[in-house]
Amino acid sequence: MRAIKPGLRLKSAVCSAEVMVIRAPAGEASVSCGGAEMLALGEVAPAGVSLDAAQAHGSLIGKRYVDAEERFELLCTKAGEGTLAINGAALLVKQAKALPSSD
Amino acid sequence: MLLDMAADAFGERVAVTCGDRSLTYERLRAAARSAAPQLASGGFAHAAFLDSNGLSAPVALFASAYAGVPYVPLNYRLTGGELEELLARVAPAWLVSQPGQLERLRLPAGIQCADAQQLLQPQGLAPEGAQPPDEAGAVAIQLFTSGTTSAPKAAVLRHDNVMSYILGTVEFGAAGEEEAALVSVPPYHIAGISAVLSSTYAARRIVMLPSFEPAEWLRLLAQERITHAFLVPTMLVRVMEHLAQHPGGPFPALRAIAYGGGKMPQAVIERALAAFPAVDFTNAYGLTETSATVCLLTPEDHRAAAGSADPKMRRRLASVGRPLPTVELQVRDAAGALLGAQQPGFVFVRGPQVSGEYRGVGSLLDAQGWFATQDRGWTDTEGYVFLEGRADDVIVRGGENISPGEVEEALLAHPAVADAVVVALPSEQWGEAVGAAVVLKPGAQAQVEALQQWVRERLRSSRVPERISFRSQLPYNEMGKVLRRIVRAEMASPP
Repeated sequence: MRAIKPGLRLKSAVCSAEVMVIRAPAGEASVSCGGAEMLALGEVAPAGVSLDAAQAHGSLIGKRYVDAEERFELLCTKAGEGTLAINGAALLVKQAKALPSSD
Repeated sequence: MLLDMAADAFGERVAVTCGDRSLTYERLRAAARSAAPQLASGGFAHAAFLDSNGLSAPVALFASAYAGVPYVPLNYRLTGGELEELLARVAPAWLVSQPGQLERLRLPAGIQCADAQQLLQPQGLAPEGAQPPDEAGAVAIQLFTSGTTSAPKAAVLRHDNVMSYILGTVEFGAAGEEEAALVSVPPYHIAGISAVLSSTYAARRIVMLPSFEPAEWLRLLAQERITHAFLVPTMLVRVMEHLAQHPGGPFPALRAIAYGGGKMPQAVIERALAAFPAVDFTNAYGLTETSATVCLLTPEDHRAAAGSADPKMRRRLASVGRPLPTVELQVRDAAGALLGAQQPGFVFVRGPQVSGEYRGVGSLLDAQGWFATQDRGWTDTEGYVFLEGRADDVIVRGGENISPGEVEEALLAHPAVADAVVVALPSEQWGEAVGAAVVLKPGAQAQVEALQQWVRERLRSSRVPERISFRSQLPYNEMGKVLRRIVRAEMASPP
């Protein structure tokens, strides 16, 4: 568990994935990737963690990931093998919304 | 982070082209990362940029972000004296420029120059993993406003303002490999910066036109198979005039033209829609202080309005559209009370991209986070926003507020009038009176009395200009904004 807020950047402990928090309710949450708690960018992965084969569906760069209620939204800024999850529930890819290019 | 994502996913794609030179996303990242350490370790308060648009502009922008130093692009059209004053205000600073710009300047203390051309050559290996400092709340960009009445103000945009705008409006990697955006706005303007950031995040190639000229713009459109372009209204006016005399095209690659940065005459956008029927037109309204666009009139809105016989629908072509999903907009009266649809007042906006902050002044957002744009306007019953001009430009005649835009629109509808600007004149009787400077169409004639009668038939009598002067052209700045203060000063003291 960690306090999370928009703008926070996290990296996977078990693969190359990185995310930025876009939306989150106030308070603490467990953000995991591939079954392991994600780390702050400067943190070192604890010994012995490894990718959970059941949570290795991958995360794609540039995709937004949300929980079922869309209370949390993460932007994947680096692709990885692990599945992103919040409080143990796997996140889903949010559908892109189409805005015309304005610049 | 934006550039890292584009370089990780689309490293081999061309990021930016200027003339016959290009940089891929990987090369752009390598150049920006290579410059960042000396910038980060030099004790600089700002990273300034002084040149016309070119490959070095995005390198300097992203190097500043990697180094965590605020980026300050300067207007190279200012005089030497004006630039020296601004440089003294940003010192100690790193200054990316080139000899042609620097030879006219006596650099103040604390300015260290870097050559724009050398910036394109990464020195040694690009350092990996150089993490910028905790970036969300840090200042990303500082832009000097034009400073018409006093010293230029320095508008501050933080990383989270800019990121909110990009993430709220652009989908990562949304551009196809064949897409290319033609950028003809200068690098020191918010539209020039947002063009680089949006295109990088969409992975859309940028083609830079350092100095806008309609024939060259059209030539690049064909040569570079441009799919997207952004223009300020005067640029579109000049393109349409050029095409009327030198028919060109077709431009089969062109898909979308966005415009903004000033009022678009309805007649011009109608002509452009007819001339480019297959092109999607988007009107973008925004300010420096709001990290660019806050309202959009979409291609569907344009087509629905242009194809409608209902004058109310057709009028939407003169609207700036509706707020982005991530932006809220209100119209308030002078006392701050919320106004309903159809009631003109002052436009306020709120959202994570809205900064409303100036260096040395602080945040001008109110306690609820609203920013006063200083634009006057109103919304229709479906939330489309119509702007009437800057709050400062309102004419207060005998206690009655008169919006110059309303009178200008009436004058522009006259068949002999090519261009018109309406300003406040000092008046002993009324406090302020309505004055108009008018440019007639070539060969056309109109008397002052006839134009006054024309306005009287369309608007209230208080709106009729008391004085009308004829000119061969109106003064505009390089972004196509009419310089009202010059017209005001000249009309207030006639020769």
